Amino acid sequence: MQKTFTYPKFDFVRPPELADGKPGHYPVVVVGAGPVGLSAAIDLAQQGQDVLLLDNDDTVSIGSRGVCYAKRALEVLDRMGCGEKFVDKGVNWDVGRTFLREGEVFNFNLRPEADHHRPGMINLQQYYLEEYLVERARQLPRLQMRFKNNVISVVPGADQVTVRVETPDGPYSLTTDWLVVADGARSPIRTMMGLDIEGKIFMDRFLIADVVMKADFPAERWFWFDPPFHPNQSVLLHKQADNVWRIDFQLGWQADPVEERKPENVIPRIKAMLGDEREFELEWVSIYTFQCRRMNSFNHGRVLFVGDAAHQVSPFGARGANSGIQDTDNLAWKLKLVIDGKAPPTLLDTYTEERGYAANENIMNSTRSTDFITPKSNTSKTFRNAVLELAAKYPFARALVNSGRLSVPSWLVNSSLNTPDSEAFDGDMIPGAPMADAPVQTGSGDDWLLLHLGNRFQALHYVEDASTLDAQAARTLGELAYDGIGVEPIVIAQRGQAPAGLKTLLDSKGRLAQRYDLKPGTTYLARPDQHVAARWRALDAAKVKAAVARATGNA
Amino acid sequence: MPLNTQPNFREAGQRYFQAYSPGDDFYEALIDTHRDLSDEQSAMVNARLILLLANHIGDIGILREAMQIAREGV
Repeated sequence: MQKTFTYPKFDFVRPPELADGKPGHYPVVVVGAGPVGLSAAIDLAQQGQDVLLLDNDDTVSIGSRGVCYAKRALEVLDRMGCGEKFVDKGVNWDVGRTFLREGEVFNFNLRPEADHHRPGMINLQQYYLEEYLVERARQLPRLQMRFKNNVISVVPGADQVTVRVETPDGPYSLTTDWLVVADGARSPIRTMMGLDIEGKIFMDRFLIADVVMKADFPAERWFWFDPPFHPNQSVLLHKQADNVWRIDFQLGWQADPVEERKPENVIPRIKAMLGDEREFELEWVSIYTFQCRRMNSFNHGRVLFVGDAAHQVSPFGARGANSGIQDTDNLAWKLKLVIDGKAPPTLLDTYTEERGYAANENIMNSTRSTDFITPKSNTSKTFRNAVLELAAKYPFARALVNSGRLSVPSWLVNSSLNTPDSEAFDGDMIPGAPMADAPVQTGSGDDWLLLHLGNRFQALHYVEDASTLDAQAARTLGELAYDGIGVEPIVIAQRGQAPAGLKTLLDSKGRLAQRYDLKPGTTYLARPDQHVAARWRALDAAKVKAAVARATGNA
Repeated sequence: MPLNTQPNFREAGQRYFQAYSPGDDFYEALIDTHRDLSDEQSAMVNARLILLLANHIGDIGILREAMQIAREGV
C-alpha cells in the first residue's frame, strides 16, 4: 500500500559470539532501535561510551506512527547531530485550530514568542526519524548496531545483567554492566522481569488513516468536535511530509477493529470528510486503543527502562516519542558519569525521580485531554459542550478547550539535583527549567544559544562588555571543575570578546538578558541536558563547584 | 466592574509554566466532583455549586449578566 517511502533493509551480521561460543561483555546494551532506543545509544556513543544496540527487526517503523515532534525533542535531536535534516524534511507548524460542528471556536499558536531556533512542532513520519537516527548512529564508531537480534531472556544480577539473544543463525548470550530497555509499550523485557506497569485503559477506539493527496490546506493541526461528516465523534487532521495527510477518526468502543480497518469502510469516511471530488490514495491504516500508565520505578538495578516501555500516554498531546527522547536526554549523561566513576550509582535514581515527575505530568495532561475529547458521563459531556459553545465568544472558555495539550518539557522544579535560588530572579529560568533558546552571535556569525549548550556542564557568565572581563574572573571561569567533572565556561555579553580565549556569545537581540533575567555578574550552571542546575548574581567558584557536586549526586 | 470573561483561574502557592495549566486544574476538579454520580445527583451538585458561587460573588449585577449569557442560544 505504501508508495511514498521505501523501507531500508538493514543487514543481519553474524555476531562474534556465534563464532566462538563465548558470551561477549559490553558496558552498555540498549534494546530497541525505535526513536528512543536509537536516541539513547547515540547520546551515549557521542559522549565516548561504547554501546551495543539490539533490535529484533531489520527495518524502520512500519507505518507513520508517531508523526508530531515537539520543539524540545528537536532541540535534543540537534544536540545529537540530526536535527537539521529532520526539520528540513518535516512539515513545520505552529497553529492549531479547533472546530465545533461547522465553525471554528478556538486556535492556538505553539510558538507565541519569536526568536527561537526550532518551531513548536514538526510533523514527520516516524520511519524518517528512525532512518535519520540510524544514519547518525552509523557515524559513531563506538556504537554497534545488531539487527534481527531478539532478546529472549534477561537475568539481572548485582554486578551485571545476562542477556540471551536469538538470531537467524541461532541464539547466543552476552553480559552487560547496564541494560537500557527501549522495547516499546508492550515491553517483552518488562514482562520477562515480571515488572508491573499501572494505570488505566480508555474504552475508545480510533482509526488512523494516512492519505496521499494534493491539498491546499495550510500546515496546521485541525481538530473537530462533532463535525457534520463524522457526527458525535472527534476528527483530527495533520499534514506530514510527501503530501501525506494523517486523519484520525474517533470510532467509539463498540467499533469492530477488523471491519473498520478495511478500505471499503475507511474510504467512505474520508470521502465524507474531504468531499467526493477530491482524489486521494490510502497509504496506511491502523486502529488503536490506548492506555495511560507508568512503571512505579524506571530503574531496576542495572536495568533502566525508557520511553513507552516505562510509561504510556494517550496520543492527543504527542507526548509519547517526545517524552521518550527526553528520557534518554535525562539518562545518558547520568549513566556516563556513573560508568566513568565520577558519580555514585544513586545518581541514576534521579532519572526515575525527574522523568517520573515528567511522566506524571504527561499522563495528567493527556488524561485531561482524553476526558475532554471523549467525555465519560452526560454531565461531563454537557460541560464540554458548554465550554465549546462559550468559546466562540468568551476568551476564558477558549482557554478551557482541550483538544490536546501538546508536548512541552517539564520544569523539574522539585528535583534533588537543583541548587535552590538564594537571590531574586524574574522569569521562568529557575533551577530545573529546560533552558530557553535565544539568538546569539559568535565570531562566525548568527547562531542559537542551544546549539552551544549540552553534553557537559557549562557555566554561563554575563557581563555587558566581554572585553572588560577582569583577569580574576577569567581565571576563575577557566578553572571551574569538580573532581574530574569539567565545567565549560561561556561568557555572555552584549558586546566584545572575552580575554584568554574564553568562548563568548553575544546577546544579539537582547533575548538572553530578557529570558534569563541577566544582570552583570549573573552566572548560570547548565546541565548536560540543557536544564538549569543553579544560578547566582555573582560568580563564585566554590558555589559553582558545590552545585556541580549536587547536580551529580556527589553532595 | 463587568463580568470577567478573560482567563482568570489561579491557585495560591502554584506557579504555572503553561497558560492552560490553571484552567485545566479547575476543569479536572470540576469533572472529578461529578465522578460516579447519576445524572440527577450531578444536576443537584451543579445547582448547589451555582448557589455557593453566586453568594461568593455577591454582586447581583454581575450575576444577572452571567445568567443572561448562560441562557443565550440555549
